[in-house]
Amino acid sequence: MASAPTTARSRPSTYPVWFFLPAAIIYSALFLAPTFASLYFSLTRWTLFNSVFIGFENFAQFFREPFLIQGLMNTVMYAVVTSSLKVVLGMGLALLLTSNIIARGYLRSVVFFPVLVSTVGVGITFTVLMHPTQGMINQGLALIGIKGPGWLTDPRLALYSVALVDVWKGVGLATVIYIAGLVAIPRDYYEAARIDGATAWQNFWHVTLPLSRPATATVITLSFIGGLRTFDLIWAMTKGGPGFASDTVASVIYKQYQAGFYGLSTAGNVVLFVLIGIIVVPLTMFLNRKQGHE
Amino acid sequence: MTLNLKSMALAGVGALAVLLASGAAQAQSTTLTLLIDNGPQTVPVFEAYVAAFEAANPDINIEIETRPGGGEGDNIVKTRLATGAMADIFTYNSGSLFQAINPQQNLLPLTNEAWQANVQDSFKSVVTSAGDVYGAPYASAMGGGILYNIPLYKELGLTPPKTWDEFMANNEKIKAAGKVAVIQTYADTWTSQLFVLADFYNVMAAVPDFAEKYTAGEAKYASTPAALQGFERLQQVHDAGYLNEDFGAANYNDGIRMVATGEGAHYPMLTFAVGAIEEISPGNTANVGFFAQPGNSADANGLTTWMPDAVYIPKTVSNEEAAKKFVAFVASPEACEVRNATVNPTGPYLVKGCELPAEVPPAVSDMLPYFADGGNNGPALEFLSPIKGPALEQITVEVGSGIRSAADGAALYDEDVRKQAQQLGLAGW
Amino acid sequence: MKRRASIIGGVAAIAGSFVVFVIPFIFIILMAFKDKPQSALRDFSWPQGFHLWDNLVQVVTTRNWMMITAFINSALITVISVTLLVVLAAMVGFVLARRKTRMNGLIEFLILAGLMIPPAVVPTIWLMQGLKLFGTLHGMILIEVAYNLPFSIILYRAFVATIPRDLDEAAIIDGARPLDVFFRIILPMLWPVTVTNIVVQSVGIFNDFTNPLYYLPGNQNATVQLTLYNFQSQYNTSYNLLFTNILLITVPPLIVFLFFNRQIVAGMTAGAVKG
Repeated sequence: MASAPTTARSRPSTYPVWFFLPAAIIYSALFLAPTFASLYFSLTRWTLFNSVFIGFENFAQFFREPFLIQGLMNTVMYAVVTSSLKVVLGMGLALLLTSNIIARGYLRSVVFFPVLVSTVGVGITFTVLMHPTQGMINQGLALIGIKGPGWLTDPRLALYSVALVDVWKGVGLATVIYIAGLVAIPRDYYEAARIDGATAWQNFWHVTLPLSRPATATVITLSFIGGLRTFDLIWAMTKGGPGFASDTVASVIYKQYQAGFYGLSTAGNVVLFVLIGIIVVPLTMFLNRKQGHE
Repeated sequence: MTLNLKSMALAGVGALAVLLASGAAQAQSTTLTLLIDNGPQTVPVFEAYVAAFEAANPDINIEIETRPGGGEGDNIVKTRLATGAMADIFTYNSGSLFQAINPQQNLLPLTNEAWQANVQDSFKSVVTSAGDVYGAPYASAMGGGILYNIPLYKELGLTPPKTWDEFMANNEKIKAAGKVAVIQTYADTWTSQLFVLADFYNVMAAVPDFAEKYTAGEAKYASTPAALQGFERLQQVHDAGYLNEDFGAANYNDGIRMVATGEGAHYPMLTFAVGAIEEISPGNTANVGFFAQPGNSADANGLTTWMPDAVYIPKTVSNEEAAKKFVAFVASPEACEVRNATVNPTGPYLVKGCELPAEVPPAVSDMLPYFADGGNNGPALEFLSPIKGPALEQITVEVGSGIRSAADGAALYDEDVRKQAQQLGLAGW
Repeated sequence: MKRRASIIGGVAAIAGSFVVFVIPFIFIILMAFKDKPQSALRDFSWPQGFHLWDNLVQVVTTRNWMMITAFINSALITVISVTLLVVLAAMVGFVLARRKTRMNGLIEFLILAGLMIPPAVVPTIWLMQGLKLFGTLHGMILIEVAYNLPFSIILYRAFVATIPRDLDEAAIIDGARPLDVFFRIILPMLWPVTVTNIVVQSVGIFNDFTNPLYYLPGNQNATVQLTLYNFQSQYNTSYNLLFTNILLITVPPLIVFLFFNRQIVAGMTAGAVKG
């Protein structure tokens, strides 16, 4: 016990605050500073050389952008569709892959592998597969007598086709997270349920589902944020088209940047950041609160 | 790690440029970088230019770098100019896109170069900003209109139309014969703009001061019936069911293949596409003809013309003298001969002393009468006004796919134009 | 009977997963084997003659061997930024989990903000220009570090919380300096979560498309994802080359997958449940 005061004294240097420094410098310089700068530049007309202060004109312009309201809706729809499909399919696949099924290793591998593959590569591949007349998907459907739709060329479908590819690529991660959650559920609960004479469905509804809530929270949060920010898959597959039909906030931001409207693009950034803030913060709080109740 | 050092060195290019430009250090052998777009017409031509130039100037070595075309390319050019990381020489559009890269701030004026005497004034005007000329043409002038399949026309007994009504009548016959009347290729969104842009000769025929008033913010597409007509025509061909089934997913190459092989009859396009036929559909160059986009009356039939891209030198050039030497070569009749030997010609040249070869593809010979005495031609809007809205290609995809009406599309484009004019800081917006 | 049901279910699952997940990859491979005219049909068919080698040579040698430059660039960016991420994030995660100060709340807020807020691209470019970092590999590396720090820190903080304090306290009594304690004792103990970090972040950074698109222009700076993008316009008549390119850049993730399959799943598990 004699050493206790020593420990107390030297603890500050064992966990030195300067350990934060290198990370803090990089993070502040390349992330925080630009984020704060964006609040100013979003109020200017900006050419990188000089900026003219124009107040909220950019925001007004941004909301006059063709289909920006639809772009906002698209962004939210995309996030909702991808994250809910990932929850449902991820949970289903995880149940399947933790059950006593043959070829479990193979199945886990094929489901997970797309997570690791290049998004642009996946986008290009599926763009070819989804070609309305020559694509493999519609030719396959034609074999069984179905005339496939214009997956990426029908303005009503394009966004959802991209979302499906996003789910194809990302469901493996959700599955792995769920597998981890399911494996962590103590067997006792199932034992108790069995003794109570619970059916498989009751088992799922009253034991598996509530006890895998942390996994659900993780999957929803990760895929929702990812969905709201999504850019690369949309850009590789439709570039926001046809027309503006599959534009999301991120693709509108990129188009404004490409056109040299730097102030406007930055205003779009602020819009996206507010959008994420007002959706994700309450969502995470909700998910975590529920979690606390368990 | 050497790569890392190399890129650090690149960051210092600005400083280096100052040193070299001062003329203190003239190395024995100079290396220049040249940034070109990756178009199938551009790459082989510049490879041939560089080979010929290096043979004549053994002390200068030129390294070619390529970039994508279209909006992606605009972005790269703008960012590299803005960050001082531009190559020593680069190619870029003339006209309104040239105005948008801030020439006075970024580019070296070439007004007083000797070769300027040989360049046609019509070209000089589209690479001029505040009285200084900044670029040299490296290709020929082009027409924007409609490529058509000659065998199909013969088979159905059709003649190239002089009015829009004749054009639509031809389309009806082609459709009745079970063929695709009009090819559209919206996977490459830029190709969707042609019906609107190539209609501009007809706009000017009806409203001679449209370009001026448009630049001043007084004339709008939506409220000028002649200007609105381009959008309406785009909508008409869609609504009449003349398009290829996969118009939403087909790309530019598909379009050229279809018009060259007769899978489709008409493809609205710029004549630079003529040079690409041979590569995409070998042996079919002779099967593709061309006519200007027809207007309301046969008497006022004329061609909307496009000026070619130009080569420019940025202010950050590492060796001004060597770069100017190369640009002078590109603007010389020798370069035209190199070009003729490399790719099929796509239109008349803009440099005095440049001749087209005796044998030209039919699509090019169809175009020459518009340039000859008594022929009618006029530049596209982007060469008369610095403003071109960046979203036109998305809007024309919408109108051409039946997602949006022509009137709505034109109104939306007016809004897009306003945004661009404000960004350029033009008066009256 | 249960056994039979599970076999039938298994066969159905194998067939379903084959159609959904495997056929797209087979399609990529078949396309990479075809010659140009056949690949232009874009159908699911057996290649007529094997042209993989020709296609590979052509893809690799295009544009002055741009593919090689791109692989070197991507490898440098990935290796260096992941190394920095592991060390810096472990340092922050370690101290954050151990030391309760008033700053913790602020730091955790900033970490969450980093996970959620999309980076402000143009201001970042403007700032990087000022710092002479724009369009450079080291600038790109620092960007990847900055953008991925929050996730790595969260993984580390959660893991450090599960390690008993006794271990580092024992080391202090021996009079070791903080850096020694960290590198000799703490970092090795964090190995399981470090593997997760390495795998997740290296795959993410190697496959990153958006950030190099914005911050790393120029051919000499191409990364493998951008080659695909740059070649897309050039290869739009040559689907065989486009798909050979896709195949080529899928090889590194495949290798990672084959070697780390178990660790990925185990690590994800640890990270996901605790994070």
